[in-house]
Amino acid sequence: MALSKEQIAQRIAKEVKDGYYVNLGIGIPTLVANYVRDDIAVEFQSENGVLGMGPFPWEGEEDPDLINAGKQTITTLAGASFFDSSLSFGMIRGQHVDLTILGAMEVAQNGDIANWKIPEKMVKGMGGAMDLVSSAENIIVAMMHTNRAGESKLLESCSLPLTGVGCVKKIVTNLAVIEITDKGFLVLERAPGISVKEIEAATAGTLIIPNEVPEMTFS
Amino acid sequence: MINKRVNSIQEALEGVQDGMTMMFGGFGLCGIPENCINELVTMGVKDLCCISNNAGVDDFGLGLLLQKRQIRKMIASYVGENAEFERQMLTGEMEVELVPQGTLAERCRSAQVGIPAFFTPAGYGTEIAQGKEVRNFNGKNYILEEAFKADFAFIKAWKGDHAGNLIFKGTARNFNPAMCGAATITVVEVEELVPAGSLDPNQIHIPGIFVQRIFQGKTYEKRIEQRTVRKRP
Repeated sequence: MALSKEQIAQRIAKEVKDGYYVNLGIGIPTLVANYVRDDIAVEFQSENGVLGMGPFPWEGEEDPDLINAGKQTITTLAGASFFDSSLSFGMIRGQHVDLTILGAMEVAQNGDIANWKIPEKMVKGMGGAMDLVSSAENIIVAMMHTNRAGESKLLESCSLPLTGVGCVKKIVTNLAVIEITDKGFLVLERAPGISVKEIEAATAGTLIIPNEVPEMTFS
Repeated sequence: MINKRVNSIQEALEGVQDGMTMMFGGFGLCGIPENCINELVTMGVKDLCCISNNAGVDDFGLGLLLQKRQIRKMIASYVGENAEFERQMLTGEMEVELVPQGTLAERCRSAQVGIPAFFTPAGYGTEIAQGKEVRNFNGKNYILEEAFKADFAFIKAWKGDHAGNLIFKGTARNFNPAMCGAATITVVEVEELVPAGSLDPNQIHIPGIFVQRIFQGKTYEKRIEQRTVRKRP
């Protein structure tokens, strides 16, 4: 079975290590916070100016002065701090944030990413995505393997306007965990019950398939 | 103490004219200068160039200026929550410059601190980099971005004193501090205005030197864009 969005988030949560400062994008990445082990110390950064983001508030305890980058009401945890936008992107450009997890419309096998614009259809802006992908050392993309039309989002080269060049290191989709290498998309793991053939059929870029592709585990 | 306090919002916005470039603090609807925006709508000034991370929603924030067609050009990083904005952009009624969020913040901060331009990796290799100088430092490519020039900056702070010293609250801080002193005239509205000496100098986020005018806002709606809660068990 292909993974649900929650399961994609759950698999990515395994990549979050003790002591990491992590920036989560909107959509599937936001869900990752729900699955991070509670025996490790991790702080979530939201680029609108908070480190140490906590869960959504209890009903009735929403604070309009406390939101995340998706404009959702949030809470803070012990050790949290607030700062302004220029310092927030200072900690991003300065590579003080250890891991960035974000969504994408397309990823190319050289690590290029497109996730901000569909010419003449969707022009909402890049928000902080260009700053994040150009600065972070460790970027994981969380996305479905194919788009709504069933076309591969993993391509030889991106067709949409780029957000950043050569920056993605790893992709977790509903079908597979994939690493970007010099030679193409290296399949590291497959979703439970998904065959290598199904991954091949859903991928437009060059795939590298080792002899053994283990099934994902979630804990 | 140099007094920055003005007696009315009209006095705070004195000198605002058609065609001016204006900065607005805020992220989404969080920490926006609600009173100043409402007054600009009342004044009816037009052909404005607005610098703000977002453009409000259809009936709140900068969306109010959009409805009245007061904005000629919008400089922002994300404008997704506003149908009227999308319409005016696609028909070409309004000019739009999309800027990566960190670059937007730094172009404000640079104007504030007297740095004319800076190199950033954000947007290298994308359409944002078109026509911009590229330099390689230590094996990585950067593009040259310039500081903004603006006539007015409209800021929302939590507390302020008559000397113009400011304290922000929560994530309502966002773009506000970097815009203080980044324009010819910085106008600050606060929820609570107190006499100089009432705020602890250790706790000040922005010193009054960056502020020309300060007043206490009449009311704050503080609309929440995405109310997200957990159900109580």
